[in-house]
Amino acid sequence: MRYAETGFNLEVDLSRGNIEKVATDPRDTELYLGGLGTNAKILWDRVPPEVEPFSPENLLIFGAGLLCGTPATGCNRTIVSTISPQTRLMAFSMMGGFWAPELKYAGYDKVILRGKSPKLVYLWINNDTVEIRDAAHLKGKGAIETAELIKKELKQPKAQVAAIGMAGENKVYFASIEQGRSSASRGGIGAVMGDKNIKAVVVRGTKDINLARPEEFLGLCNEVLTYIKHRETNPIPGVMPILAGLGSPQEMKVHDEKWHTENFMWGNSRTRRKDFWNEDVEKEWTQTLEDSRTRLISCFNCPMKCGATISLPGLPTYMMKCFTKLTYTMGAFSNLEFGLRIAQKATEYGLDGFSAPQVMAFALELLENGILKKDDFQGMPEDNEGRFYWLLDRIVRREGIGNILANGTYWAAQEIGNGAEAYAHNNIKKIEQLPLKLSMLNPIYFLMYCTGEKINITQIEGQFPQAAFPTREEREEFVKDWIQVPDEKFKQYFLDWELRGENSIPFYPTVDMCCDIVDWQEQMHYIDDALGQCAGLSSFPLKPPYHIHNYPKFISSGAGIDMDEEKLTKAAKRYRTLVRAVNIRLGMRRKDEVPPEDHWKKRFPELEEKLLDAYYRMKGWNNDGIPTKESLQDLGLDYVAKEFVKRGILTESGDASAQPETEGRA
Amino acid sequence: MGDNKKTKTIKTIKIDVDKCNGCRACEVICSAFHAAPRYSSNNPARSRIRILRDPFRDIYVPVYAGEYTVAECAGRDKYTIDGKEYDECSFCRASCPSRDEFKEPDSGLPLKCDMCEGEEEPLCVKWCLVDALTIEEREEEVEDRKEQEDLEIGLESLATKFGMDKIMDAVARLSKKD
Repeated sequence: MRYAETGFNLEVDLSRGNIEKVATDPRDTELYLGGLGTNAKILWDRVPPEVEPFSPENLLIFGAGLLCGTPATGCNRTIVSTISPQTRLMAFSMMGGFWAPELKYAGYDKVILRGKSPKLVYLWINNDTVEIRDAAHLKGKGAIETAELIKKELKQPKAQVAAIGMAGENKVYFASIEQGRSSASRGGIGAVMGDKNIKAVVVRGTKDINLARPEEFLGLCNEVLTYIKHRETNPIPGVMPILAGLGSPQEMKVHDEKWHTENFMWGNSRTRRKDFWNEDVEKEWTQTLEDSRTRLISCFNCPMKCGATISLPGLPTYMMKCFTKLTYTMGAFSNLEFGLRIAQKATEYGLDGFSAPQVMAFALELLENGILKKDDFQGMPEDNEGRFYWLLDRIVRREGIGNILANGTYWAAQEIGNGAEAYAHNNIKKIEQLPLKLSMLNPIYFLMYCTGEKINITQIEGQFPQAAFPTREEREEFVKDWIQVPDEKFKQYFLDWELRGENSIPFYPTVDMCCDIVDWQEQMHYIDDALGQCAGLSSFPLKPPYHIHNYPKFISSGAGIDMDEEKLTKAAKRYRTLVRAVNIRLGMRRKDEVPPEDHWKKRFPELEEKLLDAYYRMKGWNNDGIPTKESLQDLGLDYVAKEFVKRGILTESGDASAQPETEGRA
Repeated sequence: MGDNKKTKTIKTIKIDVDKCNGCRACEVICSAFHAAPRYSSNNPARSRIRILRDPFRDIYVPVYAGEYTVAECAGRDKYTIDGKEYDECSFCRASCPSRDEFKEPDSGLPLKCDMCEGEEEPLCVKWCLVDALTIEEREEEVEDRKEQEDLEIGLESLATKFGMDKIMDAVARLSKKD
């Protein structure tokens, strides 16, 4: 018997309408765990770098994490992987909600979509009965609307639906896949779904998920719940409120937005408004949120209430979470009510809430600076908010200027030319980032921005405090119950870290310490993404209930795989390296690993080189960021080494990086 | 009369629908607890508590499995509470032909909440960290003779409806079966 996982994937060829239930190899689970890990293995094996994102050969994989569907609190993530049209690298956006556990209960660990359907369809998975159904009547419908219509026509109120809106159908490069209260947004995976002509994947399951050593597993779950309660009543002192508790940032709960509105940038990630927050704004925004928020809500099997149901007069109800609360507001220099209103439309269209507002603000900046002309915006209203609604509609329909903007700021700037590139300034690897511009280089964040292959800072940071604490006493207090550290040395790193003087940034933490810290933070995210654990209870907040010391026990007692910290560390390193291998084969190199040029005012080129050199070395990559033959063999990834040599990415004799066959591709 | 009185512990699960976050942790732990061997598997479809949820109408009703019934209600009413419309079934605990709730998914056999006998408190309550489910215990005096009275009232009404002969026949037939 397989434990925690079902042992089956659903393979769907949309071109031929063929559906197969395929048993998976339990050895792959031991090596790559599940979720992201096994997704990466499948992409490596089956999608060579010559495959275009919008081609039948590209795969779109919906992977449930290894522990999804077990009683492990907060373990509910679907990891969606494909080759992104925006970055032309591997995308592995994730969503919480209820979909992944439902898929497990239906008897599958993954749904693997290939080919391209000749007409718009949706996939209906009801335990062992799986069918491809016509979706002509759903064309152009909103993602949430679609989910409700499908549940009604199937008479299945308990089915879980992952759907695209108009943005996905029209292959907008930052289209999301929406699932009610959650979405997989980054990297344009919704566009790949649209290219495959599949409007939704619908699932209902009523089967069991088994545990290898049930009593032990439940004991661990109860410990996690107890620790969550402890952390609820003991927020971390000395850090800003959103970093003090567990969960995703509690954006739906809090009213005080002084920190975000005065520290993050407005418009096209340009303007800092240091005195924005005042009593009047607070009063108005508090009223807006109180009036529109009907309930704080959670994902499957999780007590954290990171989301909310939002009902605004005259608009359909929708669900929201996290920072999308402010992205449209700040992109448009508007107020919270506008932000919540336009987000309702954007959610139905199925758009990434980070990219969309920046793309629109970018377009207006180009207009103001004469790079785009008035003629390009014919029919656009005069008022500020009206312009954003107008642009949103053009983008998702790919009409006029919207057809160019729909490719995101990087590709749009390339196409527009005439200096537009300078306005696509907030990207890493061609994808729009959080609107942050700071003064002094932070060496830890430098490494994370450069090398994070999820290409999103919130998906690599978390375990180590963002800044030094002012006094030794406070630091000593912090490390007292810091049980999550993989090694005691991290406590010392933190104890000696000062706000000013010799032991302060950018030269402290030292290069080697930075490498350790980044490696640890990244590792926790990669473990979460294989297990399906929400980062909000694990890799994202300080002092989370899940960590490197209890995870091996969860895996052993849950999945029946013999696991300890060393083995888990190695497994995470293995599939993390495999993700990099997929991207290296697609042409990614050191030259691509740079933060937005204007992210920090004060840069330290020499230090930055040293940081990357040391970090690559520690990871087992050569100076160009390519995993070395030696490190690949050590991880059991000989097949990657072989392919690299075959393709001339590595040479037979060693690590000197040869000209990549696919250079220029990414 | 006083001799017939005894005290009984009544456990009440208090359900606060306003506090429910819709996470279904109660369903998860319930199905795990009732698996055999205990916790060996998990499947909310086997749970004896269900959250009837409709997020877009802000409806979240945790409801416990009660008695099995062979027939569904003739008419099903609708309730409007605080401006939200609920089906009567939303509050009904019965395992009933009208719906899929509270039936084993493979066999269709009815499920019934047993308050997690043997545990300190029902596990759904323990796992509900948002306090939508809490437990209250109280002692209540009950009278033994009440049951006998109930039985007689019931029999009388059946006799009125079907006639005493038919009742006697039925009793005779039923007792032969044992």
